[in-house]
Amino acid sequence: MTSIPDAKAPADEVVLEAIGLTKHFPVRRRLRDLFSKRHDAVHAVDDVNLTLRRGQVVALVGESGSGKSTVARLLAQLYPRTSGDIRLHGESTKVKAGTAFRRYCARVQMIFQDPFASLNPVHTIRYHLTRALKIHGNAGKTEDDLEQALHGLLERVSLTPPERYLDKFPHELSGGQRQRVAIARALGAEPEALLADEPVSMLDVSIRLGVLNLLRDLKERLNLAILYITHDIASARYFADETMVMYAGRMVEGGDSETVTQSPAHPYTRLLIDSAPDPDRLTGVSEAEGEDRGNGEPPSLIHPPSGCRFHPRCPVAMPRCSVELPVRLEIGDKPGHWAACWLYDKTEAVSR
Amino acid sequence: MSEPVLEIRNLNVGYGLGDQAVRAVRDVNLTLHRGEVLGLAGESGSGKSTLAYGVTRLLPPPGVITGGQVIYHPGNAEPYDVLALSDLQLRRFRWNETAIVFQGAMNSLNPVHKISTQLTDVLKAHDPKMSEHSRNVRAREMLKLVGIAADRMDAYPHQLSGGMRQRVMIGMALILQPQVVIMDEPTTALDVVMQRQILGQLIELRERLGFSVIFITHDLSLLVEFSNRIAIMYGGRIVEEAPAASIYRDALHPYSAGLLGSFPALRGPRRELTGIPGSPPDLKGMPSGCSFHPRCPKAFDPCAGNIPVLGRPGTPDGSSRSVACWLHPTEQPVGL
Repeated sequence: MTSIPDAKAPADEVVLEAIGLTKHFPVRRRLRDLFSKRHDAVHAVDDVNLTLRRGQVVALVGESGSGKSTVARLLAQLYPRTSGDIRLHGESTKVKAGTAFRRYCARVQMIFQDPFASLNPVHTIRYHLTRALKIHGNAGKTEDDLEQALHGLLERVSLTPPERYLDKFPHELSGGQRQRVAIARALGAEPEALLADEPVSMLDVSIRLGVLNLLRDLKERLNLAILYITHDIASARYFADETMVMYAGRMVEGGDSETVTQSPAHPYTRLLIDSAPDPDRLTGVSEAEGEDRGNGEPPSLIHPPSGCRFHPRCPVAMPRCSVELPVRLEIGDKPGHWAACWLYDKTEAVSR
Repeated sequence: MSEPVLEIRNLNVGYGLGDQAVRAVRDVNLTLHRGEVLGLAGESGSGKSTLAYGVTRLLPPPGVITGGQVIYHPGNAEPYDVLALSDLQLRRFRWNETAIVFQGAMNSLNPVHKISTQLTDVLKAHDPKMSEHSRNVRAREMLKLVGIAADRMDAYPHQLSGGMRQRVMIGMALILQPQVVIMDEPTTALDVVMQRQILGQLIELRERLGFSVIFITHDLSLLVEFSNRIAIMYGGRIVEEAPAASIYRDALHPYSAGLLGSFPALRGPRRELTGIPGSPPDLKGMPSGCSFHPRCPKAFDPCAGNIPVLGRPGTPDGSSRSVACWLHPTEQPVGL
């Protein structure tokens, strides 16, 4: 059933691209606002640039509320964007509904966080997968074709033997199996890009890796481009080729996963990595809550801080940080490693 | 080791009665010592929350405690069995002696009451003679202790962030200075940054106030860092119990080893990880023998037939730990 165009597609061909992607959610206006010119909005995502390539995993790491799920939904065109551009194979796309949306969906599929909620409890696995196949025209012509396609899908996600799972209802499966069905359903469209929004955070720890390894295996076999959204930076290191860190709606750092996790440049990334549980730090309990650590909480996104959004919490903030928005600056240790932080502004260092 | 404060002996907890009954906690023996943090880890459905609710007798029907004892040592009086307390005694025992911080603090606070009301309510219920002024002073003190400015006293829960709400919950649990605090996945809903702040604070408070903590979570790497001892549950039984460092360096039970191998490391070499194959057991149709054997990479003959007993293993550091696995047969079973 496969017609994945691997022959004509080079390994790191750009599939999906976001350029200056921005999303503001309007805030309900109160009575007194009617007389003012104020239009408040939640600045959920601001100026995000992102490139998904064939056969590569890009991880998007951030706290809850940092806008990482909004990015996924924007890329899946589930939300209309405020500004910026989404390019599929270099072509600007904006779809709302109807056939255009279906065509887009067939190429970009999303996997949701909660497999308990993303499968309909009153339908069997067969129904879920058949629908995905039929809608995207991959069901073939005959009953046999369909049956074969269904088996193929379940085999791909290692739910074998397929007969045992096809006529089950979601409640009869464990969380990991359900998430595998959700992945199979996404594959039913034969997509080029998968947007996985925290695909393992609702699963039991012992089976998380199974699902991650499956996704990696699929990436290699089907040459998929995967966006992996997570709050667990250690799993980003394990699973993703490239890692991007998001804070309060903006990208703050990016580069290949090993570099970002081993030599983080942005103070927020450092805070994130220092905060992650680390069994090797057995004495970590007594370690003082140092003053050089960023504290406090993520800012309000209705009135985000001026300049760098991290500056109120940043241990190394300079006066400049609260005024000027930092741009992407090359760190210089590894190619492609950048951070949006004034610490790395070489011209500034020279003029000082 | 210091004296025990809470001893769980052969505790059995089930859901439902008759044929439908499911045994969620089976023959658990566990001792919490004064001033220590005891971590309880396991997958969902392993019975760790049921154990905590059983110990505090908070289990809602159809949950029933089908056997065992929970001995509480008050420190200055004779130890007594919590499971044998009358309703009135239980009312006095709860919160004064043991407090619990529930999973999902977001939903544990009443949204229509100010946090000051919710904090002083506890004092009003447990110490009716206390004056309103001193109640307020105490509530203020407590908030300060958990790092919330006293001017947030009159805030409603929705005006606080998730982290602050969780701190309020911890403050509420500590307000009567209990000896034992049970925390059921207190930080799962929080970000790593906030999680670290709150746990750091908790450990600091524990050093200052000297209470003991039972810390329930599925995040083993967090436990290794923050707790003194770790007990690992699988299928309703404790399969291994040891000092945190021993578990991390040298886990004896294949399930503990598997759990530890399920976390990608942030530092050190990148290695291929596999997790644990298969899925957690169904409590209704528990496998015979060791309940882990269908998923166990090291399973051999006795595993399918006989249930291994939790006991001291024959390893050099065997006196400080116990394990239930046929790979490490024991001569000294725990609690029998």
